[in-house]
Parts: sequence; C-alpha cells; structure tokens
Amino acid sequence: MTAPMLEVRDLTLRFGSITAFEDLSFDVARGELFAVIGPNGAGKTSLFNVLSRAYVPTAGSVRFEGADLLRLRVSALAGAGVARTFQNLGLFGELTTLENVLIGRHHLMRSGTLRSGLWLGYARREERRHRAAAMEALEFAGIAQYAHAPIGTLPFGIQKRVEIARALAMEPKLMLLDEPVAGMSVAEREEITALVRRLHRERDLTLLLVEHDMGMVMRIAQRVLVLDFGRIIAVGTPAEVQRDERVIRAYLGEEIDPGPAERSPEAGRVAEVRR
Amino acid sequence: MTAPIQLLFQGFALGCIYALVALGFTVVYRASNVINFAQGSMLLVGAYLVSVLATGLNLPFVLAVIAAIALLAAGGAAFQMTVLRRMLGQPVFVLVMVTIGLSIVIDAAIPAIFGGNARILGDPWGASAVSVGGVTLNWVRIWTVLCTGLILALYFVFDRYSRYGLAMRATAADEEAALAVGVPVGRVYALTWAIAGGVAAVGGLFLAGFPSSVNPALGDAALRAFPAIILGGLASPPGAVVGGITIGIVQVMSSGYAPAWLGTNFSDVAPYVVMILVLLCRPYGLFGAAPVERV
Repeated sequence: MTAPMLEVRDLTLRFGSITAFEDLSFDVARGELFAVIGPNGAGKTSLFNVLSRAYVPTAGSVRFEGADLLRLRVSALAGAGVARTFQNLGLFGELTTLENVLIGRHHLMRSGTLRSGLWLGYARREERRHRAAAMEALEFAGIAQYAHAPIGTLPFGIQKRVEIARALAMEPKLMLLDEPVAGMSVAEREEITALVRRLHRERDLTLLLVEHDMGMVMRIAQRVLVLDFGRIIAVGTPAEVQRDERVIRAYLGEEIDPGPAERSPEAGRVAEVRR
Repeated sequence: MTAPIQLLFQGFALGCIYALVALGFTVVYRASNVINFAQGSMLLVGAYLVSVLATGLNLPFVLAVIAAIALLAAGGAAFQMTVLRRMLGQPVFVLVMVTIGLSIVIDAAIPAIFGGNARILGDPWGASAVSVGGVTLNWVRIWTVLCTGLILALYFVFDRYSRYGLAMRATAADEEAALAVGVPVGRVYALTWAIAGGVAAVGGLFLAGFPSSVNPALGDAALRAFPAIILGGLASPPGAVVGGITIGIVQVMSSGYAPAWLGTNFSDVAPYVVMILVLLCRPYGLFGAAPVERV
C-alpha cells in the first residue's frame, strides 16, 4: 500500500464565528478520481479554496505526497505538481488559446528573463518544445482547431476545455477541478464528463473534483466524499454513497422524508463565500 | 518645401522620446494598475547617470549608456521589491501615492547633489547634423529614432514571444489566475519596473541631447508624455508608441504653424487639445478597450 497522494487531517475553516467546515479528515490515493459533493453551502467551495491555497485554514493539516501543502505559496503549487481549474474560468482574455495553455508551463521553463529576452538558441528550442506540449494538450481536449483564436471569442464550454487543457499542460500529479460542469448545457456536460474520464484513464493523474452535479459524479468518480453543514457524512464508492441514509436525506432530499427535526433548514447553513 | 519635412522629422524624433516615456508608464500600469508618477523623475536620473558616467568617470559613451540602462533597470526593480512589495494588498491608490513620493525625493535630490546648473551629456554627436536634400537632420535626432526603433522592436518581441512576456500579459489579464497557474507575479512586477527604468534611461539620455542639456527640469517631459498615454490607451504598449509619436509631431508642427493669435506657447497646449478630441470619440483611447465586468 503506497502512501496517499493527499492526506487531509482535522481540517477546519472558520470565518469569524461562522464555520465553513470542521474536522475534515480524508485521504486521496494516488491515481484516484475522487469527488467531493454536497448541497449548496455544505463547504465544498471553501474546501476547494483551502486545497488550492486561496484560503488559510483555521486548523488542521494538508499533506501532498508527504509534504506540507499549506506551506507552499499559491504560485509554487504548480511547481509542486498541483494544477487547478476555476469554476468561473481563470483564463486570460487578451491571449490566444495556445498562449493561455502555454502560460501553464511557465514553471517548467528554464531559460531566465535575460536569456529569453535575448532570444538565444536555447530559449528558442525550449520555446518550441513547450509550444508542442501545449498543442498536444489542446489536441487531447479536442480543441486544437481553436489554438490561435483569441480566447474571449470562444463559447463557455470550449473555454472550460481550454482550462482543463491548461491544467493538463502544467504536467501536474494532482488536478483540482472546481465544479467543471457548472452552468453548462446538457451537451457540454457530456463533453466535459467524457474529457475528465479520459484524463483519468489515459494520463498518470490524481483528480480531485468538487461538483454539484450528482449525475456526473456518480458516473465517473471512484470514491465520493459527501459534505453537509461542513462535516463529512459519508465517504465511499458511488454505489455505497447512494445507498447511505444520511446522504439521501441531505442531498437527494426532497422526495424522501426530510428526517429529524433538528435540521433547521437554513439556520446553520454557511453562506458559501465565493469570489 | 523643406520646412515641413524638417519639422515633421523633429516632431517624429520628439515623439520617439515620448513613446519611450509612455511605454514605461504603460508597462507598469498594465501589470499592476499603478500609474507611476515617478517615471519623469526616473528620466531625470537616467540623464544624470549617463552624464556622470560619460563625463565624470570618462567611460566610452556607449558603455556609459549601457551601464546607465542597467543601473536604472536594477534601481526600478529594487524599488519595486523593497518598497512597493510591502504595500501588497493595499489599494492601488496607496502605491500611486508612493510613486509621487519617490518623484519628490528624486526631484529634490538631483539639484541637491548636482546643483541647479546644466551639465553636459558627453554624447559624441553634440550639435552635429547632416543635410539631406536641404533638410537638416541632427545626429542626436537620428540616433533617437534609431535607438527608439531598436528598443521598441526588442520590447515587442520580448512581450510577444518570451516566457516572461507571456507572464506579463497573463498577469495583466488576471492576476489571481496567473498565480494559480504558477506565474511568479511578484517577479513580473519587478520586471515591469526594470523595463520602466531601462526605457527611462534611454528617454532621459535623448531628452538631454541637443538643443537641451542635462538639467533638473528634464523630468517635466513626463507631464508632456501624459497626453500620449491617455491618447493611446493607458494599458496599451502599441498605443503608447502611436500616442507618443502623434503628440511629438503635433507639438512640433503647432510650434511651427500655429497662427499668432493663438499665442506663443500654443504648442504646449496642442497635445492636450488633440487628446481631448480623441477622447471625445474614443473614451478609452485609441487602443484601449472599455472594461467589461462580469456581474
């Protein structure tokens, strides 16, 4: 049994007196496709933001390949092997598709400011190599034909695939996907779902997916963690989770009996902080 | 028939200097939204550096210029890393105030160190000129045009094709996303200040050329480059170049052809008139884009 890729222990995040989540402990194994789901306000996005180092947790630890992830700066995550996508897209509007992917390889490039400025042979060869790798990532995502289009002109579904291609081009060990199918049409959902599945099957990657869309998660995830009110209520395979009483109550809710009365609907619910 | 060509060339050369000043402004503004009010003072430092290195230390002129560019670029980066970096997370306004502070310090320090008198630059061309078909071309202006062309070409190749050029553009578009994909944004800011310093050295050097000299008033040129950056669009380097050259030509042509009833110093006003006319049609400048906010 190899050590897990990601170890989360007793992770707690509070904003003042509001608790986003507390005492979360779970492992993500190497090569796993792991999903975090939960109703609105369960703390999914907050957890994602802690893992991507946007928020500093109140307590607890996150270890990535045995090293303390919380000591890394945001811009150092890429170099450590962690790539992320954004729920509302983190693309650079003025750049072309290819450039948007190429920038993800910044941390892999070696020639310094001076050498790249002076345009020496080494820098040029390196540049060509990275362009080829960026093109390969675009081809994997099936969007190579948009390589030279300005990113702002492309539809949302394509832009999302560009983001995933960029994360892939970063050559990460762990990819964090923040609600990849949020706000998409049915057809776009299918495409992204197929792309994520292909990423997991064909690339040497560990994927952590935060997602609201139950259908997508149940089809592709190997293990699912269900959050509710900032606490873990179940971890297991999609089949196990789907059978879990508490999950059915918390998430699939409505048509089943809403359960014990201590669940006052919105009172304890944390307003998920979004950017 | 030669007078208009003569003036056009003069205006073009002056516009090249404005373009360099404006480029320094836009490179910093594009990455960090900070209007660097010390750009003019950096120009002043550049001119004095060249003068001291060339006439004080008797370095060959080319070497003095290269050393001045390197020193001012290093100074710009050092200022960003030691002072501005501490202001991270503060409103942009705070950083702008710090640059105003820097300009006051420089503008006071230069006369205090070197006195208020003009110094010679130590350039090899001085007032020499070449005559082409009856048009007198001063060597200093020819060099201004050539060097500006070279620097702009280098800058645009760097911006377009190099790893750090891409990083600068990405940071300009979305700082948070840039961090997330591993762009060292702090280093990018330092780089923009180094570029601002480097182009200020060249701008200052040519600004101090014939018929001017190295004197404490040189920094005011930055004020005259201001309509240039507004005209081109604050965040657009190509806009800086087009704006700078336009303003240079407008200023020199209006000094030559403005009718007497407009007064003697109309040429100082003309760039602002052009700026206002352009802004009436294109409120974000010639190359600027209206900001689009997702709500």
